[in-house]
Amino acid sequence: MMQFMLLFSRQGKLRLQKWYVAHPDKVKKKITRELITTILSRKPKMCSFLEWKDCKIVYKRYASLYFCCAIEQNDNELLTLEIIHRYVELLDKYFGSVCELDIIFNFEKAYFILDELLVGGEIQETSKKNVLKAIAAQDVLQERELDT
Amino acid sequence: MNASDHGFNPAFNMATIRQAINDTIERDFGALLKTVRIPTPTRLRDLIRQIRAARTAAEERAVVNRECAYIRGTFREEDSVWRCRNIAKLLYIHMLGYPAHFGQLECLKLTASPRFTDKRIGYLGAMLLLDERQDVHLLITNCLKNDLNSTTQFVVGLALCTLGAIASPEMARDLAGEVEKLMRSPNAYIRKKAALCAFRIIKRVPELMEIFLPATRSLLNEKNHGILIAGVTLITEMCEKSQDTLNHFKKIVPNLVRILKNLILAGYSPEHDVSGVSDPFLQVKILRLLRILGHNDPDASEAMNDILAQVATNTETSKNVGNTILYETVLSIMDIKSEGGLRVLAVNILGRFLLNSDKNIRYVALNTLLRTVHADISAVQRHRSTILECLKDPDVSIRRRAMELSFALINSQNIRAMSKELLIFLEKADAEFKAQCSSRMVHVAERYATSIRWRLDTLLSVLIAAGNYVRDDVVSSTIQLILNSPPEEQAYIGLRLWDSLHNITNSFEDKQPLLQVAVWTIGEYGDLVLSSERIEESELVELYQKLLWSTSVSTASKQYTLVSLAKLSTRINSKEEEARAKQIIEAFGTHLHIDLQQRGVEFSQLFRDYSHLRPALLEKMPKIQKSLPNGNDSNGIFDEHSNSIDLIEGDELESSGLMSLSGGGGSLKVGSDSNALLDLLGGGSDDPADGLGLVSPTNSIIPTATTNGKTPIPSSSNNQDLLDLLGGLDMPASTPPAAIPPLGGGIGLDLNSLNDNSIKAPGPQTTGVTSSSSFGGLDNLLNSNVTLPATTAATTIPTGLASPTSLINSSSTANSLFNDFSSINNNEEHAKTLTALDKNGLLVQLVAKNSGGCLQIVMTAVNNSLITLEQYLFQAAVPRSFTLQMLSPSGSTLAPGGTITQEMRVSSTAKATLRMRLRISYQCDGNPILEQTEVSGFPEEPTPLE
Repeated sequence: MMQFMLLFSRQGKLRLQKWYVAHPDKVKKKITRELITTILSRKPKMCSFLEWKDCKIVYKRYASLYFCCAIEQNDNELLTLEIIHRYVELLDKYFGSVCELDIIFNFEKAYFILDELLVGGEIQETSKKNVLKAIAAQDVLQERELDT
Repeated sequence: MNASDHGFNPAFNMATIRQAINDTIERDFGALLKTVRIPTPTRLRDLIRQIRAARTAAEERAVVNRECAYIRGTFREEDSVWRCRNIAKLLYIHMLGYPAHFGQLECLKLTASPRFTDKRIGYLGAMLLLDERQDVHLLITNCLKNDLNSTTQFVVGLALCTLGAIASPEMARDLAGEVEKLMRSPNAYIRKKAALCAFRIIKRVPELMEIFLPATRSLLNEKNHGILIAGVTLITEMCEKSQDTLNHFKKIVPNLVRILKNLILAGYSPEHDVSGVSDPFLQVKILRLLRILGHNDPDASEAMNDILAQVATNTETSKNVGNTILYETVLSIMDIKSEGGLRVLAVNILGRFLLNSDKNIRYVALNTLLRTVHADISAVQRHRSTILECLKDPDVSIRRRAMELSFALINSQNIRAMSKELLIFLEKADAEFKAQCSSRMVHVAERYATSIRWRLDTLLSVLIAAGNYVRDDVVSSTIQLILNSPPEEQAYIGLRLWDSLHNITNSFEDKQPLLQVAVWTIGEYGDLVLSSERIEESELVELYQKLLWSTSVSTASKQYTLVSLAKLSTRINSKEEEARAKQIIEAFGTHLHIDLQQRGVEFSQLFRDYSHLRPALLEKMPKIQKSLPNGNDSNGIFDEHSNSIDLIEGDELESSGLMSLSGGGGSLKVGSDSNALLDLLGGGSDDPADGLGLVSPTNSIIPTATTNGKTPIPSSSNNQDLLDLLGGLDMPASTPPAAIPPLGGGIGLDLNSLNDNSIKAPGPQTTGVTSSSSFGGLDNLLNSNVTLPATTAATTIPTGLASPTSLINSSSTANSLFNDFSSINNNEEHAKTLTALDKNGLLVQLVAKNSGGCLQIVMTAVNNSLITLEQYLFQAAVPRSFTLQMLSPSGSTLAPGGTITQEMRVSSTAKATLRMRLRISYQCDGNPILEQTEVSGFPEEPTPLE
């Protein structure tokens, strides 16, 4: 099960955080800070995994954004890379060649998409089409409310 | 001008004009709104822009604070129109790291709103802002309950998603019924989310598993991949939590196999395809569940053998996704009771992974091989060369794994080739690897060495390659190996060390361990080295001078060098060089460093008044036998430590024995030695920083005694004395009982010498050093300490050894100790006394004696303080291979001067070294005090004298 997912920029600015385990705010901040520094200091030649406390950290950089997930010992780190990639694909489809700014200005949308891909830290939908359909339908629902 | 501008850059101007128009419209529109309605809050988009426009952190803080103040205001006014927008802004502010807890309740209000937009942001906020605080959670449980029963699927979806992310145990209990109902919903969108919610609920509260069981099974009959993957995840969790459920689900193995088969064999399905692989997410989940179901179950394993083989052979491996599935397959094959052929296939897949250009896949392969190496070492051996190749990987994590795996693969057949590669690795390795790698090299060299010469060469290479990063154990074990080698090997390695010492003359500072081993060897076996006639005596002395005068040689190394030079002076023939050596040594008599000064002074004596003793005193060290099981038995840190015998230390004792306790330097030295010993006793702190390790008394006492036997003069008895005292403190038990009688005599001698010393009248038994002028200061130093009557002073020394802080102890301590020693002397001839504790006036000793197949140990606690100690409780624990029987103690209150005794009997079921962990608790002045310590060195077998 995924413990949490963080998105942050090359400058170390947090862009998205999704926690599937309960921690006090302070702890979350500490973990975030620690991981951002560790990952940013790693060289591009290095592999995408690190051992960190009792978790495995899987991260991958897409353009200016780092996607970082903490998974449990039994989880497949290569699959986690696929999950990250799937999420990026979904963002890309939704925003149309997504960039960091899209995620900054529409962070809530980025959360909504993630919530249609994962529930409770596990994959709930393996079809891209279904995820996007669900998001679109909910956006329509919102628009209709705006009109009334 | 304008016209020309237009002409030059019309596009620019068009943009400016459009911007200007937009700005005007927006401004006017805003103004219009202002006049008509209450001021609208900043839009989220604008706030983000403002924050991003902030040039400094302070500016950003100001923007955020202003906005937060505003948002708080609207919350207070219960403004429900803009609540959604305000919460969205607050969530952005929260992500920047600012406090946003004050929005928690507003989030809940949003979730209770009938509008979907409000709910969407409200639940998002709840997931981000809520912690597990009870009161808020109760409120949200109600909201969730309502929404779980909503008729809009997306509202139910939001509630399920929120529950999945933040379910606390209470929430899980309250909402499990609703979730179970939703698992039966006809709507696939809801069913898959409900199944994952159930997964989270069980994760938090395993007892709730029961209610979900009936609805779970049917999830696997679905076509929808979302439901399938959620179902497999849920079943996996259930099986991991309960063995009963695991057995219950064994029967679904055929279903899982069928689903997996369909995935592989079914043609291209665009919906679930990931670069040519059909739904890797689902495949991996199924493979993992199969692994759990097949673990330790031959029948289930049999049922999945074929499909695993199929997956392993049919998966496209050009992309990460294919390798993801193969990786999971390999894990499953290794974990179930699979066929031998399949296991070889699995290891070969990992072998192929090692050659992959993707570093992630290489990393995973090494990690997995490391996990499986013990199960299937021969299969992994086949990929040895690839693994060694990974030692050169640019990725540090891969190199680390490769190093660990390489060491795991070493055996007596491949040791030569492997160590060659590892030495190359060691040479270039990062600092963080060098210490670990060098220690492990020493370990494998010891374990698999084919010849002494090879081992010596390897150790030398390690010392050269790892420089200062080698741990102290490498130095001591190398020295020990050289000591125990035949003379021709000693000469060989001596020459090689000499050569390597020559090669590093410009970089001493980063090769100190090599330097130490080299000078030790050359000093010890100078005659052998010189007999090769390759080296001139003058060259040798020249080098020593260079080393000793160099600023880039550490103090510890200089200590080695000085001792070595003294030894060397008896191995060279040329009088001229001997005189030069003397000169160098004498120069240290005024050295600023107290230990070097002491050595300088002591050794100079050997060139003057006692020069006739010099050859005998500086004899070669005898070979030593390892008294403790070697590292392979892995008896823990404690043993490893007592195992690392520092021979220089032995040397030092021999030489400082000349001064023994009569010199100030001598007793200071003793203090620091006993520190090191105590450190070791106290569970082996690995801090023999100055290279002074432990003398294993069993090893050193006897050889020294023989050396002394040749020189029957007062100084030698002092020497013996010191050793005996050390023995008496540390592990008298490991000293055979025969060594105890001299101890009594030793005290007598000491008594004299100290007595003499403190009254400054050299008696017949002192070494005459007190008259040496360079020594006056030290004498004073000592005198200021030793202000006790002579009799006491002598007996204080053991106490000083036991706890260096209490050199000036109360006279009662000294007396009782003296009594103790004499009582041992008289009555307990075959027993060994171990001091377990000597602190704050409480002395706890163990007297161990072999009696009729078991070890009888009598604990004696003596209260030397002036305070009554109450509720004295002595507890002991022994390793599992021993049984301990404790008889009741003679009391629990220790009046000043009082004693408590308690008898224990230890019998062993296996041949092992007895260690005893002690816990001593008592009350001093009403304050509870707890001491813990570890004692070892008990007699193992009936001693040879019996």
